[in-house]
Amino acid sequence: MNQPANSADIHKAIVEQQAVQDRKKMMLNGVLLLLLLAAPFAVYPVFLMKILCFALFAVAFNLLFGFTGLLSFGHAAFLATGGYTTGYLLSNYSGLTTEMGIIAGTLAATVLGTGFALLSIRRQGIYFAMVTLALAQLVFFFFVQSEFTGGEDGMHGIPRGELLGFINLEDNLNMYYFVLAVFIACYLLVQRIVSSPYGQVLKAIKQNEPRAVSLGYNVDRYKVLAFVISAALAGLAGSMKSVVFQLASLNDAHWHMSGEVILMTLVGGMGTLLGPVVGATFVVNIEYNLSQGPLRDWVDPILGGIFVITVLAFRSGIVGEIQKFVKKNLG
Amino acid sequence: MSMIFGVPVAVLSGQLLIGIINGAFYALLSLGLAVIFGLLKIINFAHGAMYMLGAMTTVLMFDYLGVNYWAALLLAPLLVGAFGVVIEYFLLRRIAGQDHIYSLLLTFGVALIITGVLVNWFGVSGLRYTMPDMFKGGVNLGFMFMPYYRAWVIVAALLVCFATWFMIEKTKLGAYLRAGTEDSQLMQGFGINVPLLISLTYGFGVALAAFAGVLAAPIYSVTPVMGSATLITVFAVVVIGGMGSIGGAIITGILMGVIEGLTKTFYPPASSAVVFLVMVLVLMFRPSGLFGKEA
Repeated sequence: MNQPANSADIHKAIVEQQAVQDRKKMMLNGVLLLLLLAAPFAVYPVFLMKILCFALFAVAFNLLFGFTGLLSFGHAAFLATGGYTTGYLLSNYSGLTTEMGIIAGTLAATVLGTGFALLSIRRQGIYFAMVTLALAQLVFFFFVQSEFTGGEDGMHGIPRGELLGFINLEDNLNMYYFVLAVFIACYLLVQRIVSSPYGQVLKAIKQNEPRAVSLGYNVDRYKVLAFVISAALAGLAGSMKSVVFQLASLNDAHWHMSGEVILMTLVGGMGTLLGPVVGATFVVNIEYNLSQGPLRDWVDPILGGIFVITVLAFRSGIVGEIQKFVKKNLG
Repeated sequence: MSMIFGVPVAVLSGQLLIGIINGAFYALLSLGLAVIFGLLKIINFAHGAMYMLGAMTTVLMFDYLGVNYWAALLLAPLLVGAFGVVIEYFLLRRIAGQDHIYSLLLTFGVALIITGVLVNWFGVSGLRYTMPDMFKGGVNLGFMFMPYYRAWVIVAALLVCFATWFMIEKTKLGAYLRAGTEDSQLMQGFGINVPLLISLTYGFGVALAAFAGVLAAPIYSVTPVMGSATLITVFAVVVIGGMGSIGGAIITGILMGVIEGLTKTFYPPASSAVVFLVMVLVLMFRPSGLFGKEA
């Protein structure tokens, strides 16, 4: 306040610098978008859709883990709830269009997420991880014993149907562009959330919760909302996955899946926007390539090894390390 | 035959016995978790894998080296405990200064590796372990049949739980441990070798899990995946009891086993879920846990 001219100059410089950075980012995003649009002509679309679904799952998880600092060990429950709900509705009510089934699956996951959130935020730190894991196990038992899920066999032959009643999703290209559109929309949503004032509060909670409390923020409400959004997006990922593969199975509800999404986020870079996407691409590719080769029985131990190496050697993940490198050498 | 709530007494007491035995395992496992948590401030996600290693070691030592049950009861926890010390020394210690979430994830990765490797070697179907001859048979208590081995499991688990409680609450080593829980830096300042204490604590906690594994070998199906589902139930038990007190961990463990057994008698479909439902209730009405002080 003492030197208005000077501070205005600084402000101007910052704005300009920001503008340059924004232009760079826009160009990068444009290139990425073109690549994604062209991808199904080079790579098998179903494989790409698998990556996109898991990427969305990881982006959802990262909102909670990377930006709010809450480690949920139960996100598989939302993925599976979305998938089963959508699968059940589309299989049994032929009048429903695909997007209605997907919306219903997302809503179901949202409701479940609200329940999880209200219970789990009553405990902190590692207890939070244990509570979410235990709640997800409860959901897993429910799905094992329910008849509508098909138990151990899973739910097969879910019809892809028609989007809005006229776009045939049996066609892999149509399906791909739909999944891509949903993914991009969700990615932008999370980007918007993270950079909003609300997102800043989440980061504050992550960095120093007592201070956020003493600043007068109702921390629990912020946490619950972050959890619910994260669960909803995870459910959406599950819903789309069940439509893409026309299959919903217990694998999606298993704690193993909760671990996998943590791995994706961690490897890619927690707390970065692009990290979970890179991580999901990496993990899905590794799993696919291993399952084709002589190491097909060693997927689990190898994933465990990647976990250990990531935690020991590069905790910032792929994107985080690149950012660090760029900042150090080019910034 | 006499009945209680429409259930024959023999059936009820039989389920109750199974409940107490499961509870004894929960108690041993959550005790180990609590010991590790006290000093290292992490949840050991590899605890289930260590329990499984205890059982697998027992079976394999018998099959390949002819090591009998009693020797295994001593050797398996020692071996697995030593393995735990190695993990602590080479892995956990490297990230000791970081956020505890990382150590938790590290132990999760370790569990994936151990379980995955053993699944490859032995498959997921159970290995057989023959019960020692002296434990075959049982005694008729009038209202129920009590197999000798089950009685032994309860006695052994309670003895070890009590010994652990005694060591932590009443001995000098235990005093160091408790002091380290409060303020390990200050204790280091008093000239106590805290890193060594941490290694040994992790090894000891893991050895408790392995001990439970040895006890489990003759009665449960021994497979590389036996630990993971058990561990999640034990997490629920830990959330219910809170890790603030050693005694609380033991009591909660046995209590949850009994509740599970009773549910199996009266409403079988809910038996695998009941511990988690109790956890939900506890979170709603007593969020810090039955014996917990911390939030």
